[in-house]
Amino acid sequence: MENKDTRKELIVSALENGTVIDHIPPKSVFQVFRILDLEKHNDQVLFGINLESRRHGKKGLIKIKNKFFKLDEINKIALVAPTATLIVIKDFEIIEKKQVETPDTVENIVKCFNPNCVTNNEVIPTKFTLIDKEELKLLCHYCEKTTTKDNIKFL
Amino acid sequence: MKNRSLVSINDFSKEEYIKILDIAEEFEKQPKQKILDSYVVATLFFEPSTRTRLSFESAVNQLGGKVIGFSDASSSSVKKGESLKDTIKTVANYSDLIVMRHPLEGSARFASEVSRVPIINAGDGANQHPTQCLLDLYSIRKTQGRLDNLHIAFVGDLKYGRTVHSNVIALTNFNCTFHFVSPEALKLPSAVKRHIKDKNLRYYQYTDLSEVIPKVDILYMTRIQRERFSDPMDYEKVKNSYILNKELLNGCKENLKVLHPLPRVNEINEDVDDMKEAYYFQQALNGVYVRQALMAAILGVK
Repeated sequence: MENKDTRKELIVSALENGTVIDHIPPKSVFQVFRILDLEKHNDQVLFGINLESRRHGKKGLIKIKNKFFKLDEINKIALVAPTATLIVIKDFEIIEKKQVETPDTVENIVKCFNPNCVTNNEVIPTKFTLIDKEELKLLCHYCEKTTTKDNIKFL
Repeated sequence: MKNRSLVSINDFSKEEYIKILDIAEEFEKQPKQKILDSYVVATLFFEPSTRTRLSFESAVNQLGGKVIGFSDASSSSVKKGESLKDTIKTVANYSDLIVMRHPLEGSARFASEVSRVPIINAGDGANQHPTQCLLDLYSIRKTQGRLDNLHIAFVGDLKYGRTVHSNVIALTNFNCTFHFVSPEALKLPSAVKRHIKDKNLRYYQYTDLSEVIPKVDILYMTRIQRERFSDPMDYEKVKNSYILNKELLNGCKENLKVLHPLPRVNEINEDVDDMKEAYYFQQALNGVYVRQALMAAILGVK
């Protein structure tokens, strides 16, 4: 009988060198792909959706071979995957595990809810300051209006 | 303040505003000084505004500077489909400073990021109009002798009035007590009230204009627009409740002054114009001195 933990470890560390993003809400996996531009990665990328999770019922997971992320790069996914865990693997060993953190600024990921904002009428990357982490309120750097959780649309 | 853009009221500190007001006082004594000789100021008005534009242009001309620009987007390359970025970058090559009014919120902030010369926001959509706020502060200080510890009433459309929002936010730096008079549907947004609460200042809300008049040093009137009401009947109900006339000013404080960003429609009756309390035309004139001070500070000549 295989130990469940060992099996889980094997699923995760079947990667020799790279990054695993675990505990992604299943519906957000493709958004994470888009935000991190994973389509452009030249090496193996595997993903799973609706995998069983003790913690959250169902989860999504992405394994990216030979790719390592800086913290501010990975924190971009925090808006769509606040529960995500980053696992860094080298030589089949897990060398680091950390939670993503919602960043203070969100750039080029979310659309401004104000139709009269210059970012919706000219070609300009959007930029927001997170003014409320729990309620997910984003203050637009340009038009100074707040886009709230219910109105968040991704670019 | 040299080489810095003024896009939002919070871009400059309280000390910097006070410096601008002080410089404006000097210009009021002597508005015609040749200190902007050989400077070129571009006024780019993507949407029309005769009053603000002429105020800026007069300010520049009186200081010996030159003005270039356009007063309507349809008479510029914007009509050919040029992006805002390209327009700004191009005009920045022809001028030392750009004064800009544009219908989109955030346009001035963006312009300040792509332009190699400073930008003064003369109004970006429904967002900011910082020079109006400065000239209002100047007018209040001039008529009351100070900005601290005043009772100030804002009347009319407090929900959408950008001048009201900027003024309230700026005045929270000065220990002011606020009195807000408006129809229920047009109350001051809570995001603005937050600024007042954060500074532990007091505010009171009223629906009846006559209640507030004996209490205040400044009465700031704004226009209530028909188009802000989804039901025209609601507009009809309130449209006369916020009209100021001579009779209503009976019993006001000796030092009371009536301000209005203009243009006025019917919210201040013409019988008020000759009263000593009426200050709205001088208020507009103060705009020239304040804008002179601002441009002189940004260009580094004062």
